[in-house]
Order: sequence, then structure tokens, then C-alpha cells
Amino acid sequence: MTTTVYVPRDSAALSVGAEAVAEAIVAGARAGGHDVQVVRNGSRGMLWLEPLVEVATANGRIAYGPVAPGDVEGLFAAGFLRGGDHALCHGPTDKIPYFAQQTRLTFARVGVTDPLSLEHYRAHGGLVGLQRAITMAPAAIVDEVVQSGLRGRGGAGFPAGIKWRTVLGASADQKYIACNADEGDSGTFSDRMVMEGDPYLLLEGMAIAGLAVGATEGWIYLRSEYPDARVALVTAIQRARAAGWLGDDVLGSGRQFDVQLRIGAGSYICGEETAMLESLEGKRGMVRPKPPLPALAGLWGKPTVVNNVMTLAAAPWILQHGGAAYAAHGVGRSKGTLPFQLAGNVKHGGLVEVPFGITLRELLHDFGGGTASGRKIRAVQVGGPLGAYLPASRFDLPLDYEPFAAAGGMIGHGGIVVFDDTVDMAKMARYAMEFCAIESCGKCTPCRIGSTRGKEVIDRIVAGERREANVALLQDLCTTMKDTSLCAMGGLTPLPVLSALEHFPEDFAR
Amino acid sequence: MTKRPEPRPPAPAGSGADTDPSRAAIDAAIDAAIAENRDLRGATLPILHAIQDRLGYVPPAALDRIAKALNLSRADVHGVLTFYHDFRTSPPGRHVLKLCRAEACQAMGCERVERHLAERHGAAMHGTTSDGRLTVEPVYCLGNCALSPSLLLDGRVHGRVTPERLDALLAGLAAEERA
Repeated sequence: MTTTVYVPRDSAALSVGAEAVAEAIVAGARAGGHDVQVVRNGSRGMLWLEPLVEVATANGRIAYGPVAPGDVEGLFAAGFLRGGDHALCHGPTDKIPYFAQQTRLTFARVGVTDPLSLEHYRAHGGLVGLQRAITMAPAAIVDEVVQSGLRGRGGAGFPAGIKWRTVLGASADQKYIACNADEGDSGTFSDRMVMEGDPYLLLEGMAIAGLAVGATEGWIYLRSEYPDARVALVTAIQRARAAGWLGDDVLGSGRQFDVQLRIGAGSYICGEETAMLESLEGKRGMVRPKPPLPALAGLWGKPTVVNNVMTLAAAPWILQHGGAAYAAHGVGRSKGTLPFQLAGNVKHGGLVEVPFGITLRELLHDFGGGTASGRKIRAVQVGGPLGAYLPASRFDLPLDYEPFAAAGGMIGHGGIVVFDDTVDMAKMARYAMEFCAIESCGKCTPCRIGSTRGKEVIDRIVAGERREANVALLQDLCTTMKDTSLCAMGGLTPLPVLSALEHFPEDFAR
Repeated sequence: MTKRPEPRPPAPAGSGADTDPSRAAIDAAIDAAIAENRDLRGATLPILHAIQDRLGYVPPAALDRIAKALNLSRADVHGVLTFYHDFRTSPPGRHVLKLCRAEACQAMGCERVERHLAERHGAAMHGTTSDGRLTVEPVYCLGNCALSPSLLLDGRVHGRVTPERLDALLAGLAAEERA
């Protein structure tokens, strides 16, 4: 009988040797005369256990990790093909608390299936949402998404259904779905994990959006830093076309929707929606003033839904189970789940999809297990390089858009970067300004010049030069950037800077 | 621009460094990249990528040719080329290492790896080793933030990079070149 062994091809797993582990298992099976089929799945998201090898047994999938190529011989000796015990064995994958305590809606298939298998996708509930959407009027699809309460997952949190309704209501000879896959925030990787681990989910979500607003073309803007996601998407698009999931006759509906992929070129600002549109059009990624909204005048001036990967990837579940079922998760005006990402100096780093409302402390300690270094957590940065640095006294904040913002934080794309007590927060504040200077598109003055001046002022504060006057100057500069920048890059860079100054003033006065 | 703490051995014979493609070959590569992509909407980035994929950089000769093919001004193309961090205007070393210096990697000590690269391997950020073997560039996030520090070496991601692991990776490159 053939035994199925899963070895992820997610790039996080590959980055710590999954390829060599897969080769060692194939070689070991051959040498021992075992009948083994190796499936290259996505990652389960327990990234500290990667490479996480799973074996399909009568008792479900049994997990082993982190497996090094040198461990494989011992695994065979321990009878891992029958789920045998071994020092690296974690028992059934589904029962590992980190995994069992999640609510996986968007990530239901990621790590479970072969990401590029059309059969796996269908067998695990894929396409049900799109098939239902095909039977619905566009306005009814939009209503379902409005009812779900889904908000844009890229950071701004704008209600997705309202955006879709605006595009549906616009009349034009051509409309577009533009997927923002320029996941540039440090500490985030949920988009990447879906694109590598369940790419058809994104394509299905885009097709649903297309049907909802009357767009026949979808564009994915993928960052060049994700070479493995690129390979997965190129293959997935080809196969989905060949299978009739995309193209002139989507699933035999007579409706048209196709997707093309464009690759960015290492610019953080192109994750800003209007800069991304400029880049897709082949130009410099310069931010456009709003209005006009991209929903009315977006890609090539046409009405365009610009949504993050996570937003579009939530649509199939919503169409399959209904907007009300999605809205039943979460708290306040933050409906559904968010795939949080635990990153940086954290013991159990990985992906945690849970309903909104969980606290930072639960994520950092119950899931994250504290720091990787074993030292105390001193600060976390939530929401990417434009998010606030928060001290331990704020860890009981619930992750819910409005209360979190009221407390000076920003959930953003759900990335959480952990720092231990060796961190120099003045250095991190300086880095925030430096990063803004490197990545600013240069269109507006407060961001282009303010970031460089900000870096210099922080240098003077740290050097002890007229400290009080320079702190006041930095605060003044940050107010100017916040109030007068064209987009979130210049507008939010003050957030990490001022939060570091507020919560960790001692680091600026050494 | 590379700092050299100690003398480097010369480039191994038969390596790519001393076999610069001729001007005609460069032009042919540029024209092929243009021909493949010129009919795309918003073709400038796909063309620049295609040229760099072939040559490792975008030579100055490409500007006029792209401008002509897309009916743009030379300044337009120059503007796009220089806006994006990915595009190089001079040839890189035989291997390209992109070291992440974003927050998650800083939290796990990427500066230590950066210093080690410069001090032990003579490869400072934005620089190329004097033997032309390795170019080091910064990158801001590879999406591998739970397994920091991370780097991209010739298009492949490596996580949990320590100075020791880096030495092993670079020794592997040297062995590959000798083979």
C-alpha cells in the first residue's frame, strides 16, 4: 500500500531545508523498499517546526518536525511511515494546540492539499463559492460581501463590500480587479502563504469579485521578493485556464474572467494602491492624489476594485457559507477572522488565523510562547513598518480595529514583530525614518524631505545635542508629516517614531 | 566601494567575469526582451525585468531601444529604470545575495550577518567582492519573518541565517564554481 508523506514546498520551509528533506525521504523509501508518495503541500503555518513532515495514517496525519535531512534515517527506523514515535513526533497535526486553537476559514486548505492540484482543490471545498456566485445577480454577490462585514485586509480596513458596490455602480466599457500582492510589511507573510499554499483560492476570489462588479480582467501585482509565489501563481493561472475556471466561459457560465500576473521591482511604496496602479501601467510608482478614487478611476482610468490578497481570498468562504456566517466571527465592527503573523524574536513564529478580538498577550504568549532568545519581550511592532511600537503594558488590548486605533495602535495587515529587551528603540525609530527616506516615492514634500530630516533629528537627540529642543522639533516634524503627506507612507511613519519615543524615552537619552 | 580587509584570490579561470558578452550580443538580448513584451499593456517593467533576467543588469543601450519600441521619451524610461530598487545599471557579481534588513530580521540580529559579510567575505552592502564573485544588496522583507534573519541567494530564500550558516552557503558557491 502506498503511504503518503507531506513535505511542504512553502518558501519558509524551503528556507530551512525542506527540499533536501524531501530528497532524503524519497531516497530512504527507495533504499528500504517502501512504497511512498511524497506530496509537496503548503505550510501549516507552524513555522518554527519547519520543515514539518506529515505522514498520512489510519489515525490521521502525524507530524514530525523540525526535520533535518540527517533525521530521516532515524524516522524510517522509528517506523514513521506508520506514525511511529520519535523525538520529533508531535502526534496528529490537527491536535497540536497551536493549530487546533485556530479558526481557519481563509487558510482551511493551506498546508493540507497539494497547492497546484485542481483535484485537491475541488475535493476540499474549492469552487463552491464561485459556483454559487455564478447563479447570483451581481448586486446580490455584493450584498453578501457587505453583510459579511469583510474589511480590506491590506491595512486600511475599508469595507470591501462598499468598495465593490461603488465599482458595480460605475458605468464603463471596462472594469478591473487589481489584486495587491505587494506584501511589503516586515513581519507579514499571510499573502505569500496563500499564493504558494492555495493559489486557486486567490483566483477564485478574484473571479467572484469580477462577477460581482462586472470586471472581465484581473491583475495581480506580485512583489519580486516572492520568487516561489511567482512560480506557483504562473502554474495555477495556466492550469485554471486550461480547466475552464478562468477564461471566456468561467465554469461554463458564459461569463468571462481572466487573470494576468505582473511582477513588481523592489519598491515598498508600490504596495500603496495608487502607486501600484501606476506601476501596473508601466510607470514610476508615484502616489496619485485621491479623489478620484480607484473604484471610479483606477487602472488606466477605469473603475477598479483594488483589494489585498487576504481580502479577495476571504470571498470564496463568504460566498460558500454566506455573509452572516462570516460576520458571526469577530467583535464590534471587526468581523470575521484575521490571519495574524507572529514574527521576529518569537519562539513559536507562524500564522495564526483567529477571529478579531484576541489580545496581543494571548497571541504573544499562548501562541508565540515568548521570545526565541528566552529573554523578556520588550516591544512589539504591530502592522508593519508604519505600525506603532507597543510595550508590555498594552498587551491586553483586543485586536479590534477601532479600540486598537484609539489606543494608538494599527492592526494593518496583522503582522506582529517581537523584540526582546536587547532592542534599542531609538535605533528602531531612526530606522523607521530611514526606511521612509529609502522608499518614499518623492511626490510630496513632507514624506520626501521630512523622513531625511527626521533621521537627522533623531541622531542629534541620541547624541545628546539640545535634547529637549530636538525632541520638540521631532514631534513637530511628525505632526507635519502626519497631517500633510499624500499617503500612508509619510502619514504613518510618525507612528513607530512617536510610539517609540512615548513608550521608551530612556532609549533616547542614554 | 568594497572594503577589503585581506587580499582576495583572483577570480577562478573560466568563470563568467572575463567573458563579457559583446556589444552585439547585448543588443540582441535587449531586442529579444523587447520583442517578447512590447505588446503587453504597461510593458516597461516587464521589458526591464526581461533584460535584467538575461543580462543581470540593464545596460545604457537599452534606454533608446525601449523608448523607441514603446513610443516613450528616453526620460520616461530612465525615470522608470531608476525608480525601482531591483534594476541595476551595471553588471553584478556572479552571485547576488540580497540580505533582509527589515524589522523582523533586525529583531533576530541581521546586522551581525551584515557585518560578518563585510568583514569576513569582503562583501559590503551595495558592493561586489573584488574577485567579482558576490554582489550584496539590501532587501526589505522576504516574507520569511518567522525564520529570521533571511536572505535571498541567487533567487533562493534561506532562513535562520547565522554567520556560520552564511559561511557554509558561500563555501557551497565556491565549490560549485570549482566543479
